[in-house]
Amino acid sequence: MSITILFFLVPIGAIIAWWLSQQRLTAKPWLEVGAIGEVPDTGASSLPAATIGLGVFLAVVSSLFALFISAYFMRMQMADWAQLPAPKLLWFNTGVLILSSAALQYAQVAARRGRMEGVGDGLIAGGLFAFTFLIGQLFAWRQLNAAGYFLAANPGNAFFYLFTGVHGLHLLGGLVALGRTADKVWRGFEVNQVRLSVQLCALYWHFLLALWLVLFSLLTPWVGDFAVICRQLLT
Amino acid sequence: MVDITIGAAGAIQPAEVKDVELYHPKSWVTKYVFSQDAKVIAIQYSITALSIGLVALVLSWLMRLQLAFPSSFSVIGPEEYLQFITMHGMIMVIYLLTALFLGGFGNYLIPLMVGARDMVFPYVNMLSYWVYLLAVLVLVASFSMPGGPTGAGWTLYPPQAILSGTPGHQWGIILMLASLILFIIGFTMGGLNYVVTVLQARTRGMTLMRMPLTVWGIFTATVIALLAFPALFVGSVMMLLDRLLGTSFFMPAIVEMGQHLKYRGGSPLLFQHLFWFFGHPEVYIVAVPAFGIVSDLISTHARKNIFGYRMMVWAIIAIGALSFVVWAHHMYVSGMNPYFGFFFATTTLIIAIPTAIKVYNWVLTLWRGDIHLTVPMLFALSFIVTFVNGGLTGLFLGNVVVDVPLSDTMFVVAHFHMVMGMAPIFVIFGAIYHWYPKVTGRMLNEMLGKFHFWVTFLGAYAIYFPMHYLGLLGVPRRYFELGETAFIPQSATTLNVFITVAALTVGFAQMVFLFNLIWSLFKGKPAGSNPWRATTLEWQTPETPPGHGNWGKELPVVYRWAYDYSVPGAEQDFVPQNQPAVARAA
Repeated sequence: MSITILFFLVPIGAIIAWWLSQQRLTAKPWLEVGAIGEVPDTGASSLPAATIGLGVFLAVVSSLFALFISAYFMRMQMADWAQLPAPKLLWFNTGVLILSSAALQYAQVAARRGRMEGVGDGLIAGGLFAFTFLIGQLFAWRQLNAAGYFLAANPGNAFFYLFTGVHGLHLLGGLVALGRTADKVWRGFEVNQVRLSVQLCALYWHFLLALWLVLFSLLTPWVGDFAVICRQLLT
Repeated sequence: MVDITIGAAGAIQPAEVKDVELYHPKSWVTKYVFSQDAKVIAIQYSITALSIGLVALVLSWLMRLQLAFPSSFSVIGPEEYLQFITMHGMIMVIYLLTALFLGGFGNYLIPLMVGARDMVFPYVNMLSYWVYLLAVLVLVASFSMPGGPTGAGWTLYPPQAILSGTPGHQWGIILMLASLILFIIGFTMGGLNYVVTVLQARTRGMTLMRMPLTVWGIFTATVIALLAFPALFVGSVMMLLDRLLGTSFFMPAIVEMGQHLKYRGGSPLLFQHLFWFFGHPEVYIVAVPAFGIVSDLISTHARKNIFGYRMMVWAIIAIGALSFVVWAHHMYVSGMNPYFGFFFATTTLIIAIPTAIKVYNWVLTLWRGDIHLTVPMLFALSFIVTFVNGGLTGLFLGNVVVDVPLSDTMFVVAHFHMVMGMAPIFVIFGAIYHWYPKVTGRMLNEMLGKFHFWVTFLGAYAIYFPMHYLGLLGVPRRYFELGETAFIPQSATTLNVFITVAALTVGFAQMVFLFNLIWSLFKGKPAGSNPWRATTLEWQTPETPPGHGNWGKELPVVYRWAYDYSVPGAEQDFVPQNQPAVARAA
């Protein structure tokens, strides 16, 4: 637990420390005279509040999954652990999720260049691919169930269902935001009014893709072997 | 006011927020019920938190009655007793303290103190309250379920939390975990608002180092909470799966009533790590806002600038960072590697440094101050004393060798009630007496307030000082009754009666406080806009209580820090944050 969680705490601590270092925390406010017209910059970012908000939310999601993964590694050390053979379907699903992320990147670029039809196409394609990914994940669950890898049979199975389930729920939440953005596009909003939403959707999608790649690599057997080697080195 | 600004133009807010950005309620329902106004949401949060806190208070009376007069009450059996301690602890820590400091004070004070019209995501903010209310209702519902609420202890340790010997194993534990998951989702919605509002919505001139320490405290606590609550979320989800779907994340192979259960191989220690990775930062989620608020109360009511403002900010940040590397000091008796214990004891004792800096600075702020013993000030002073008391016993418990014999005794109960029960509650009371005039436009009655203060303050010591002694005797916590032991003398029973009488008296004083809250709403002395002659922005609003959008036509411009009290040559003895220097000379 303590080692794995460091992989989360150190980067997030570094980001916070970097941000704090930009904030003139050594200022001496009691010496500031404050005449009319002397209004110092507040140091607020020029990014929109929604972007910062999504950034903070992604930090929370990272914390959530870092802790899930810590639990995964800790539970792995117990004697009854058996790694689940990841279904081949997951490779297909991963490809679909990459396409989904690429489609949203396309929408984002189109929004930046002001091409509204490109935005619409990108959003629809991205949404459809994401939906396909979710269906594919459900099929992977069914395959595993049919092969006898039930949720409660082994902790390896339980973590597989847990990771894919929580990741899928986050993607489902993203689809709600994506649907609202697409709705704006259909109702003929100006490109300026949807650009930010499209950017945020793309950012969220890229994050969920990266997260999925981490989870997917954890669920494949070689990571289990790698973790064993690491643990031997550390102890 | 003049609109000249320096620095990057893109990073400074325009003088006025365009009307489209602020949501305007169109009906009574959207104004007072499904409101997106942070001030209304704050009041909703506060009333809900205080109401559920009242339930937890009553539960503590029932526990105390049982401890003082064992087996005299037919309604309190061993199972009920365990349910009472569990619900009392969980409600007080999460649904009262966390919700009130961040959801209540955070929502009310952040936008007003940084000079914003509202939170940055008002709709999400509204959702945050309703999800919180749902979490509270789910929790309350467990009282009426078959088997009642869970009696697993507020730490919910598996395997006992879901075994059939624990009261509430049918529905109580499920609803408890569901309620926690909901609470965390709701809190995350609110937390995003508090953080981003402080980062992005500060008015012109409000640099981070000009922010009142209250905002620093709530901001840092929110960051801690956003990163720590996921651990409780993970633990809750996994335990819910263990309970409902038969997974074995935490549940080892176990024999219950001669039956092998289907669980096998799970790790109860894993839950302890997850729980305390949240649980220790939780202490600071409650304490850090209290630190901030008490700094402002002391400075205002002693008419003195806060001593060592920069150190106060740095100490808050340092405490926030350190709070993530001490969690296993709650697990010294779990059979951990001794080197682990050494590491966590060291980090734990290091936290004493920034905390002591804060205590020194509060005391030095009082030094030669023009101390007004108003009710908020009395509560602020009582916080310092109580926090030092509770903090010192924390040094005892932080050391492994001292902790091991004291673990799970009443000493621990006394320690954490002093340091994170009474101390933050004193700040909450002080803050309510301080800001009630801004929220309602009327002062709380001072006579009743002083009565409330003295009974609560002296009563707290009457309850918890003897409890330390009971703990040193070896009286265990969570026990329904002591029975016959070789090491607990008869006098312990007498002491328990004394503690119970004190607890009931303190409980009665809270009824006086509630009466005061309601009575003053109608009959209180009109407060005016700035009764405490305070410098911070919330006291400079054009209307009291502040109207929709807080600031009338134009946002305030900030020219100074929040602590210009007893300024020589000033018209009054203080200079508000939004008053430029030229005006002072004139």
